[in-house]
Amino acid sequence: MEKSMIHWDATGGLEVLTFDLGSETFALEAVLVREILDLLPETAVPGALALVGSVVNFRGKIIPIADLRLAFGMPAAEATVDSRIVVIEMDAHGEPIQLGIRTDKVHEVATLREADAEAPPAVGMRWRRDYVRELVRREEGVIVLPDLTAIFNPLTGGDDAAGRASVH
Amino acid sequence: MSGQDPIAAFRIEAADLLDQIEEALLDLGHRLDDRDLVDAVFRGLHTLKGSGAMFGFDALATFTHHCESAFDRVRKGLVPATQALVAVILSAKDHMRALIDGDGTGQEAAGDAILQALQAAIEGAGAAAAPDTVAEPAKAGWRLSFRLPPEAMANGTNPLMLLDELREFGECRVIARVDRVPMLPDLVPVECHIGWDLELHGDISRGDIEDVFIFVMDDMELSIEPLETAAPAAAAVDDALDDVPPVQLHAVAPATPAAIPAPDAVAPANGRQPAKSGESVRVPAERLDELMDRVGELVIVQSRLSQLAHGSVIGMEMVLRSISEEIERLASELRETMMVLRMVPVASLFSRFRRLIHDLSRETGKTIELETEGEATEVDKTVMERLADPMVHLIRNACDHGLETAEERIAAGKSPVGKVRLSASQAGGEVMITIRDDGRGIDRERVRAKAESQGLIQPGQVLSDSEILHMIFHPGFSTAATVTNLSGRGVGMDVVKRTIETLRGAIDITSKPGEGSTVVLRIPLTLAIIDGLLVRVGDGRYVIPLAAVEECIELSLEDDLRSRGRSFITLRERLVPFLRLREMFDTGTRPDPHQKIVVIATGTERVGLVVDQIIGSHQTVIKSMSLLHQAVTTFAGATILGDGGVALILDVSQLVALGQHQEERLRAAG
Repeated sequence: MEKSMIHWDATGGLEVLTFDLGSETFALEAVLVREILDLLPETAVPGALALVGSVVNFRGKIIPIADLRLAFGMPAAEATVDSRIVVIEMDAHGEPIQLGIRTDKVHEVATLREADAEAPPAVGMRWRRDYVRELVRREEGVIVLPDLTAIFNPLTGGDDAAGRASVH
Repeated sequence: MSGQDPIAAFRIEAADLLDQIEEALLDLGHRLDDRDLVDAVFRGLHTLKGSGAMFGFDALATFTHHCESAFDRVRKGLVPATQALVAVILSAKDHMRALIDGDGTGQEAAGDAILQALQAAIEGAGAAAAPDTVAEPAKAGWRLSFRLPPEAMANGTNPLMLLDELREFGECRVIARVDRVPMLPDLVPVECHIGWDLELHGDISRGDIEDVFIFVMDDMELSIEPLETAAPAAAAVDDALDDVPPVQLHAVAPATPAAIPAPDAVAPANGRQPAKSGESVRVPAERLDELMDRVGELVIVQSRLSQLAHGSVIGMEMVLRSISEEIERLASELRETMMVLRMVPVASLFSRFRRLIHDLSRETGKTIELETEGEATEVDKTVMERLADPMVHLIRNACDHGLETAEERIAAGKSPVGKVRLSASQAGGEVMITIRDDGRGIDRERVRAKAESQGLIQPGQVLSDSEILHMIFHPGFSTAATVTNLSGRGVGMDVVKRTIETLRGAIDITSKPGEGSTVVLRIPLTLAIIDGLLVRVGDGRYVIPLAAVEECIELSLEDDLRSRGRSFITLRERLVPFLRLREMFDTGTRPDPHQKIVVIATGTERVGLVVDQIIGSHQTVIKSMSLLHQAVTTFAGATILGDGGVALILDVSQLVALGQHQEERLRAAG
């Protein structure tokens, strides 16, 4: 699958929201972020993949809660006082979908420089390479720009997958 | 009047008119000499022309005017109605729809082609229909005399504007005729008493002048004479239209028997400006009254509540409880009334298919008869709109693949007329829509061969009859030997299935070789709110649609232990399989000592669901599940509970299928 584009602005910057998962710092485009919430009571969805294993009531809408730790092979962890849900809106086959991402700590809205970014190395990564769009070096360490489309699109199923599912 | 956009109101009215015209035309196709139908079509066109002009749809008014003039000759008996004529007017009707929905640009060519075909059809229909007058533009000009009906101003006609419009054509001399102005005591100030004589100089076509009067023409007195003849401009004509030769028709018609555009010819125009039909619902006044009554009661209860809040009442708790109960009752009644407001009879859906069948009949060369039943059955408006496309697919398939040609039918000992039958009925919380044809039926062998060649099933794989029939819903699947214009492209049936599934419905298909196929769509009555039974399984709360619940029984600990491994209960001498939701959902909790079995059913199939606790009934506002959970088929949606938490709604048909599957497996195991 082709990697989702990063839309650096004219000056080579990108406004992102940074947050922690385990010992890693991740960043998502700020334009995707709808809201940052305290943890909500979650309802488990039996039979769903653990990656999106529960739903919450977000202002009258039912949205799934995703645990990106699982996509990046980190162990599940207990919630802390810093835990937040970042509600984002992303595009799946042309339809906007909202989902909440469970984070261990939300930092700030920051601007990343294209000059500091590089593609994930071909070897030596613990993670699936197609889940990472870019790695951005900063003074505090490396920030990971995950590829949400690559992570979540298999769940939404292209036409092909939906077709397979409909035949019993 | 409400503050509704008049243009939008016109569009709605026009859509109704077009439906009426279409209906009458389709009937006319069967009974070509029915005068009443001819009149009905004419009336429809006439009204459309009038209101079109009033709301500024000039292209529509002009186009409709030409159609009306042409059709008027049928009405007068100058030309007999023919199938060809009906077909052209149908396509003209489609064009009108496009003109109404769109901004009218870029459609002139299509309109001209239809008018041309219309002229050809008229001429083909009656050679006797020679044009009675050929109106050349009068070079010198025209002498006009007109008098508006007394109520014209009350109807919104402004005579001054008419005169101004005429003046724009060129040099113009206007003389007012005041001979009919009554004496002051008898004068009604809102009536128009004045007539006008005009001399209009210049090279103007008669049609242009008539267009000025297009809206008022039918009730007014109007005479238009070329200036040269200088006839006394007094002769009043009561129906000016009768004298109007079809000027524009001749202009574009080289009288060739031009090919009649197939009804599809204007389809691109339709496609470009999709009609937005989902924007309004017609509501019978009595239903609104009901709603008003409820709202009135609610206001009363609310004032009781605020009284209570501001004063101290003895026995506060009792009063509060009674108010709470009243509000509960009102909320439920309001909900019901509200749901009923959204319901529309399927008749409007079915009537669309008459046209489809008419067109399919022409395209396939098969004689097809449509029968409908249960048109009064009501469905949620949204549901009905979303049903339209799948039903088109199914009907097309029935006509194209299902029905044989007349020769084949005669050879098979059937009537040469193929039948497609649509019926609707309501059963419990579901609407059943049946599409039945009496054609050749589905060829299992061909379906199987095709499925094998596409690798969907293994050669020799044992499949039940219904499994084979359901193969046709697989994407890319088509058994048609040839791809026709209508179907056989293998798109469609999978779309049908998916659409029905998004409506939380189900498709049943049965077919008898040589006798035809039946497709049954089962759709829940409404999408928005259902009555549910709230249950607890482990720590999770779930809603079971109440319409599917047959009964609740207790599963004692002993029975539970005894039934391990076979998961059946005997219910009125029938074995009913049951599913332990706690195990299915992997809750990791211990079973409640007093587990319950909720028996649910779809049609005749029943299955029991073992739950830990029945919490109670719950009015369930259905929210859809996220796209990210679409692989989870056990749930039809989710809802928000009173405490803000989320409960998942069980998908009854999926669970019943699971139960049946389990039953079959156990039977097979012996």
